[in-house]
Amino acid sequence: MKYILMMTGKKSEFEGYAKWSKEDLQANVSFMRAFSKELKDSGVFVSTEGLGWPSEAKLVRAGKNGDPITDGVFPESKEFLAGYWIIDVDGPEQAYKIAARVSQAPGPGGKPGNMPIEVRRVLTGHADLGL
Amino acid sequence: MADHQFDAPVDHLLRELAPQVLGTVARRFRDFSSAEDAVQEAMIAAFTQWPQEGIPDNPRGWLIQVACRRMTDNVRSEVARRERETAVAAEAEHLLPPLESEAEVDPDDTLTLLFMCCHPALTPSSAIALTLRAVGGLTTAEIANAFLVPEATMAQRISRAKQTIKASGVVFRLPSPHERAERLPAVLHVLYLIFSEGYASSIGQHLQRLDLAREAIRLTRNTKALLPDNPEIAGLLALMLLTDARRAARTGPDEELIPLDKQNRTLWDRAEISEGIELLTAALSKASVGLYQLQAAIAAVHDEAERVEDTDWPQILALYELLRRVSPSPLVTLNRAIAAAMVHGPAKGLELLQALDRDPRIVGHYRLDAVRGHLYEKMGDHEAAIKHYRIAAARTASMPERNYLMAQAARLAGD
Repeated sequence: MKYILMMTGKKSEFEGYAKWSKEDLQANVSFMRAFSKELKDSGVFVSTEGLGWPSEAKLVRAGKNGDPITDGVFPESKEFLAGYWIIDVDGPEQAYKIAARVSQAPGPGGKPGNMPIEVRRVLTGHADLGL
Repeated sequence: MADHQFDAPVDHLLRELAPQVLGTVARRFRDFSSAEDAVQEAMIAAFTQWPQEGIPDNPRGWLIQVACRRMTDNVRSEVARRERETAVAAEAEHLLPPLESEAEVDPDDTLTLLFMCCHPALTPSSAIALTLRAVGGLTTAEIANAFLVPEATMAQRISRAKQTIKASGVVFRLPSPHERAERLPAVLHVLYLIFSEGYASSIGQHLQRLDLAREAIRLTRNTKALLPDNPEIAGLLALMLLTDARRAARTGPDEELIPLDKQNRTLWDRAEISEGIELLTAALSKASVGLYQLQAAIAAVHDEAERVEDTDWPQILALYELLRRVSPSPLVTLNRAIAAAMVHGPAKGLELLQALDRDPRIVGHYRLDAVRGHLYEKMGDHEAAIKHYRIAAARTASMPERNYLMAQAARLAGD
């Protein structure tokens, strides 16, 4: 069964991240690289993407004639998606374990960040056999 | 390899030969894991060469020879590496069995493989992947595609499964009759899971995807040929056929799910139904009645009803009662409650469902709420029905199920 692990943060947290020291950034990048490799080596990896930062995000709505109307103003409290992993595992416990692992990605000072990871089931196109 | 030239006769032949070739090579080299890689390479060579150059006169011998050559090459380079490192010599000779082109084929090899791939140390997803490759003769790319994961991920899953088997110290030998009897349920469960994955996903536009349900039927058919006297294998094959028979009637033009009681029964596959019933009848005449025979018997009762109102519900209820004794599970209790509701009215069904509220294996499962929605609707309590349909819609992991459950709630809310 597939799960998506989503890493999110407020605009202020992204701005804070931009000011991390070289060593902290390095530690975080190596951790993430090792994490991706672990997912691949253990045969659960489906896909991963990192997203552009919230400062570049636009909110788009269709105008009366269907043309896009863009807006870039978001409330400070809004959580933005920073990136995600999709994994294929045998059950939710395994997904939670993997999420907890990435939650430990090092933050400033090299300490585990313990950031929240939102875990959601990816729906299948299947119908249950029900036996 | 995902887009190797598709050639139905070659594909079919290779899938049938794969376990025989692997069995021979694994037995000769006493190394399942490396033999499995070597056979996969030989299969891929055949996939590319045979459609162009024609199928060789002795296709099995050809595959065995290519795989053995690959094995000996690997052994040679391994020995060379060890000689460089530790100066261990003279090992090459006994590691290189003579190369015969027409090798002995032992039908037990395929069974040995099947037991190995369904090893209890493996997780279900690993056992499924390994079985499809080693016994089913599918390529990693085909399996990856069927499960919608990257090929590299599936390759890794298979390789780890083989490491687990290797670490367990199991040798390439047919388990003893006692051990076989003990482990057969795990093998049947893997075949069943392949079928249910295939059947469940056979809705929608999955033309690119391999038909896993048909693969499971083929593998179970082959297993039955190897163990013809086992009534549970026959029961499993019958269950697959009797379920697969309804495939065409199961979805509407917009890929919406159509439940059993609303299906156009003229679309059911009569040939599959007859074969399933024949198998089941023969199996039931033997001594022990097991889980798969009972499930097949229930499927058969549904399939035999020409109209939904002809369904023999008392018979289905009796079969669930037996199933509950042979193989109790929350899903059996759930299905028995549905049958009881059909015989004794929805209130009886709802009463039986209460026992499941204390069962951690099913609490929070969408089917519990889906069935409650259905039974409350039958009672005429639309408010409760809508509530449970909506809870079920939120809990299911399937998009078509969610659409179906939301449509049920919307229909009642609109009345």
